Amino acid sequence: MSNASKNGNGNGKYKVIGTRPIRHDGVDKVTGRAAYGIDTHLGGMLYGQILRSPHPYARIRGIDTSKAKALKGVRAVITAADLPPSEADEVLNLVEGSFRLKDLRSNILADEKVFYQGHSVAAVAATNLHIAEEALQLIEVDYEILPHVDDVVAAMRDDAPLLHEDLTTKEFGEDTGKNSNIASHIQFKLGDLEKGFAESDIIVEEEFETASVHQGYIESHNATAEWKTDGQLTVWTSTQGAFGVQKQTAAILGLPVSKVRVVPMEIGGGFGGKIPVYLAPQAAILSKKCGHPVKIVMTRADVFRSTGPTPSSYVKVKLGADNSGKLLAAQATIAFAAGAFPGSPVGAGAVCVLSCYAIPNGLVDGYDVVLNRPRSAAYRAPGSTQVNLAVETLMDEIAVKLGMDPIELRLLNAAEEGTRRVDGAVYPVVGCRETLEQTKVHEHYLAPLSGPHQGRGVATGFWMNAGLKSTVTANVNEDGTVNLMEGSTDIGGSRASIAMQFAEVLGLPAEAVNPMVGDTASVGYTELTGGSRVTFATGWAAYEAAQEVKKILIGKAALYWETTEDEVRFEEGDFVHSTDPEKRLTFKELAGHLVDLGGPVVGTGAVDPNSGVGGSFTTCIADVEVDPETGKIKILRFTMIQDAGTAIHPSYVEGQMQGGSVQGIGWALNEEYFYNEGRMQNASFLDYRIPTCLDVPMIETVIVEVPHPDHPFGVRGVGEASIAPPPAAIANAIYDAVGIRLHELPMRPDRVLAACLAKEEAEAATANG
Amino acid sequence: MNSKAHVKTTINGEEMEFLCEPRQSLLEVLRDDLGLTGTKEGCNDGNCGACSVIIDNVLVNACLVFAVEIQGCRVFTIEGLASPEGLHPLQQKFLENASLQCGICTPGFLVAAKALLDHNPDPTEHEVRHWLAGNLCRCTGYDKIVRAVLKAAEVGRETTAPAGSSN
Amino acid sequence: MQNFEYLAPETLSEAVNLLAGNEGQTRVLAGGTDLIVQLRQGALSADHVLDVKHLPECNELGYAPSEGLTIGAAVPCHRIYNDGAIADAYPGLIDAAAIIGGIQVQGRATFGGNLCNASPSADSIPILIAYGAECVIAGPQGNRRVAVEDFCTAPGKNILEKGELLVALHLPSVQKSSGAHYLRFIPRYEMDIAVVGAGASVQLDEGGKMFVQARIGLAAVAPTPLFAREAGQLLSGKEVSEESIETAALAAQSIARPISDMRAPADYRKHLVKVLTRRALLGAIRRARGEFVPNAVQENGQ
Ligand SMILES: Cc1cc2nc3c(=O)[nH]c(=O)nc-3n(C[C@H](O)[C@H](O)[C@H](O)COP(=O)(O)OP(=O)(O)OC[C@H]3O[C@@H](n4cnc5c(N)ncnc54)[C@H](O)[C@@H]3O)c2cc1C
Ligand code: FES
Ligand code: FES
Repeated sequence: MSNASKNGNGNGKYKVIGTRPIRHDGVDKVTGRAAYGIDTHLGGMLYGQILRSPHPYARIRGIDTSKAKALKGVRAVITAADLPPSEADEVLNLVEGSFRLKDLRSNILADEKVFYQGHSVAAVAATNLHIAEEALQLIEVDYEILPHVDDVVAAMRDDAPLLHEDLTTKEFGEDTGKNSNIASHIQFKLGDLEKGFAESDIIVEEEFETASVHQGYIESHNATAEWKTDGQLTVWTSTQGAFGVQKQTAAILGLPVSKVRVVPMEIGGGFGGKIPVYLAPQAAILSKKCGHPVKIVMTRADVFRSTGPTPSSYVKVKLGADNSGKLLAAQATIAFAAGAFPGSPVGAGAVCVLSCYAIPNGLVDGYDVVLNRPRSAAYRAPGSTQVNLAVETLMDEIAVKLGMDPIELRLLNAAEEGTRRVDGAVYPVVGCRETLEQTKVHEHYLAPLSGPHQGRGVATGFWMNAGLKSTVTANVNEDGTVNLMEGSTDIGGSRASIAMQFAEVLGLPAEAVNPMVGDTASVGYTELTGGSRVTFATGWAAYEAAQEVKKILIGKAALYWETTEDEVRFEEGDFVHSTDPEKRLTFKELAGHLVDLGGPVVGTGAVDPNSGVGGSFTTCIADVEVDPETGKIKILRFTMIQDAGTAIHPSYVEGQMQGGSVQGIGWALNEEYFYNEGRMQNASFLDYRIPTCLDVPMIETVIVEVPHPDHPFGVRGVGEASIAPPPAAIANAIYDAVGIRLHELPMRPDRVLAACLAKEEAEAATANG
Repeated sequence: MNSKAHVKTTINGEEMEFLCEPRQSLLEVLRDDLGLTGTKEGCNDGNCGACSVIIDNVLVNACLVFAVEIQGCRVFTIEGLASPEGLHPLQQKFLENASLQCGICTPGFLVAAKALLDHNPDPTEHEVRHWLAGNLCRCTGYDKIVRAVLKAAEVGRETTAPAGSSN
Repeated sequence: MQNFEYLAPETLSEAVNLLAGNEGQTRVLAGGTDLIVQLRQGALSADHVLDVKHLPECNELGYAPSEGLTIGAAVPCHRIYNDGAIADAYPGLIDAAAIIGGIQVQGRATFGGNLCNASPSADSIPILIAYGAECVIAGPQGNRRVAVEDFCTAPGKNILEKGELLVALHLPSVQKSSGAHYLRFIPRYEMDIAVVGAGASVQLDEGGKMFVQARIGLAAVAPTPLFAREAGQLLSGKEVSEESIETAALAAQSIARPISDMRAPADYRKHLVKVLTRRALLGAIRRARGEFVPNAVQENGQ
């Protein structure tokens, strides 16, 4: 652990980084003043509502909106006919992937068919919400119901109902011409698989299934649009990426991006789910038709039924190891339910599945499958949790079979610098081993369990982290503070962590930097907030902007002292005259002279750090208690140990780890899209069952800091990885407690009980036989 | 019928009057008509607590109250928590402990926690978790929220303790 | 939600007249935690909404050891569990009052609304049945009293006729050496609807060794909450033992007719009836013997 430090002291190298200042936007958020997307209110604003399909799959024979239009207070009603027509092969390239424009438009307003319950069919604008709602009931849609398919394995069969007549399977990037619900089949290969298994002393193989789960952010999707008569469209919305909304909205409406300005409001959670556009185009068209701003907010049921859950999955994994526990071969087959349109994160799942270990021989097959469910969206470490359950359960089986400590087994195989992943990537410096070493000595791992039916499990997880484009602009104020305009929307305190990196360069206190999130017309292009990239990439841009400010200020100091720039040094936050050490100006003093020194000081950082993004590894320990009579699981204790690279603001790093842990716990135990006849039955917080604070204990964290070798401050990004291993750790803890293995998420009480009873029966049978 | 009702009420100590349709919830009137958008909406069916307000000293969800029902009542919302002198200890502790990430749940948690401390100034961790179970937070995993409430309770007890016993 | 007329009568006779006389659909509003949600979802409609919170009879919360307990139909859960005397005398009621929704819901939700909503999974009904509670109903023909177990007729349906409303619930006074307990199974630890609920009240002999009598109510295992009459009767005069409790639990299980839905499969519910009935009886017995059994608010409660 030479290079790693623990718990966010940043190796003691920094002044601002590693401290815990109060976030800049904090007071507004604890007093209720912060304006979120749902709080948008414009003069003359109308309220919009969306009519949604009650059927999982149907052809639209006709839509009659005349009665709705006639209702008093209704100003406009729109359908797919109000969208521009699509060419079959028009494609929009977004960070998340490439999508057919036709599909994006259909998801906004269905044209020929509805592909899922909740699919948007028409939209209404009225003078108040209740009238808009009444109007929806007056729209008559003539549906021809089609046989649907809502299970990923069933959808892959040759005889499954087909969703898209023009969808053909792409195999390894080549179009096969075969019409099917399998949109693509990808494959990664490494070494000689057969040889690896042949040399293995022990082979484990199991099939796993995970249910669709939702990001479950507390703020519903919303968009307010104003389309002015000069042709300029403005959208106020809660989004993880204003530029992404701009691009999608413009493409869907057939406008140049310059005609669309997107104002990112404060955002009440996203976790990947607020990357796609669901409402802005409808609000825009309604606004154009009525000449007023139109606001649309989804109901909670709409959020569940119509916005991206994470794909449900089928995963089969086979691992081979020698008697010492060394992994020799691994094979994985992964099928993800993309929902109504192609584009699940199966590629990421295929990268993550074997990512924690050095395995010389591997084969991974991934399938992206369409079926009659809402189009899936990214959710925290997209694709990683589904596959983690499989591999980490099997690792536990190997440890049990070999009588090995599960952490020792993982340490023996841990990925490290130079390890080649199955997709071909070779790791730079990574912190997998360091998290395992910290786990091994953690008091939690060493503490005895305290009662019957209790068990402990561990699991390790991974997320690759993203780089991508970010822009930051800094304006120095006369009073020595700096306004920092950045393009990344702040979902969890990123204003602070970006401002802190800026402050670190210039030796300023964090409070002297005033970070603001700009709209698409006032800040440079910045990709979405997600992929654990903001602190990494936007922080890097802030570093660059600070460097520029420093350079300009050195010039200003030279001007002030009437000397040359090479005579001025920047030292401990002060500008110093090299040959006349009496001459020394603090940042604040120098800023005070700016008016006389030629005016404004503006620094810009625009980065695209695509190479060398270092992934983040995390290991967690879960203690559970199983009620053997009911199958109910109680989480007794939970610890997450993650390599975050340098932790800029340790409290928010811990917060990410805790939030990810609890989301992982929810996924493990109760959360699922419960379908009956293609219809989601539990589309409310009551029945979807995300964890409440009574369901979880305090979440202990250990921040391991293995600095990123390329980032100016060693940041890695921390947001995602922590969601991946909790389900497997809990599954392993359940095994430790009561000796059952579950292969399906969620591990609902009835499933736990059924497995317990089956085990008792099997034991009774062997005892009798 | 269908005409608007006239409601007189007190919100955060200020007497107010408004007109509303009977079908409008208190949440809708606060947010859309009175401009008090600090009270958030997360579900509109009683399950997330983002709309927590206190009516006549009782904690409730504003989405499950018709605005016409608050005739003559005293309503407390997040906008009433800080005073001109500064933040309430709960707000201060939420900031110090990084108890918010996106912050959309925060007003609801703060109002609910205030109701708890008014009712029980010395809660155990279990009592805090039980009391706040009707407030959902998807970002934080609750750890830092629960800690902040426990710490604010300490502050509250110190400031109300007899002179000399506080530090 | 369609618009409606809001009515807030201040006397019972005015309320009954409005209910009996109004054209169209009049819905009674207590705490609104079911009604408002159902109106908003379009599951119910209303032309008039009649608020019972201004009726003095509905706001009564009266307890006297010799008379028993009267809970007005507009009394929210928080008033019940914050009343120390009631909490001491009827701890089984507190078990239910403290788990209906979260604290915010308990600030509004009433036992009366819980009962009138007639959901099979309603948490207050099994324990009201176990306590032998009666409904006090007012109507154009005057008042009538009906046992709680006879009140619900189908999911969402009850015996109230047009013009009638529930005024209060009345619980008989508590016998010596008696105790009661309600518990439910939910996958989470709060904010969930009962997968199965079981409420039991027992009266023991003075030594706490024999059952004098017992009553058991069940939730979420049939179209209405169930009174497991025989299961309770089986215990009368029996020794308090694992066997007698098991026999009663099996008898309760035998009348359960649960369905499979998003909240749980039927066979699982059936299994839980036995487990929960046993646990409810054990809790009731311990309380009858003066031992402490925590409710959800208390430490180790769950
Ligand atoms: C978030 C949430 C969680 C919940 N959790 C639970 C739970 O854990 N357990 C549980 O059992 N329930 C739960 N509920 C349901 C609900 O809170 C309870 O059923 C509650 O007791 C209803 O009482 P109320 O006073 O709010 O009824 P209301 O909504 O006012 O009324 C309910 C029904 O009864 C009728 N009614 C009410 N009073 C009278 C009267 N006096 N005479 C005639 N008819 C009347 C109404 O017209 C309506 O149809 C939950 C609800 C929510 C929103
Ligand atoms: S908005 Fe009222 S509880 Fe969720
Ligand atoms: S901070 Fe985002 S929901 Fe709580």
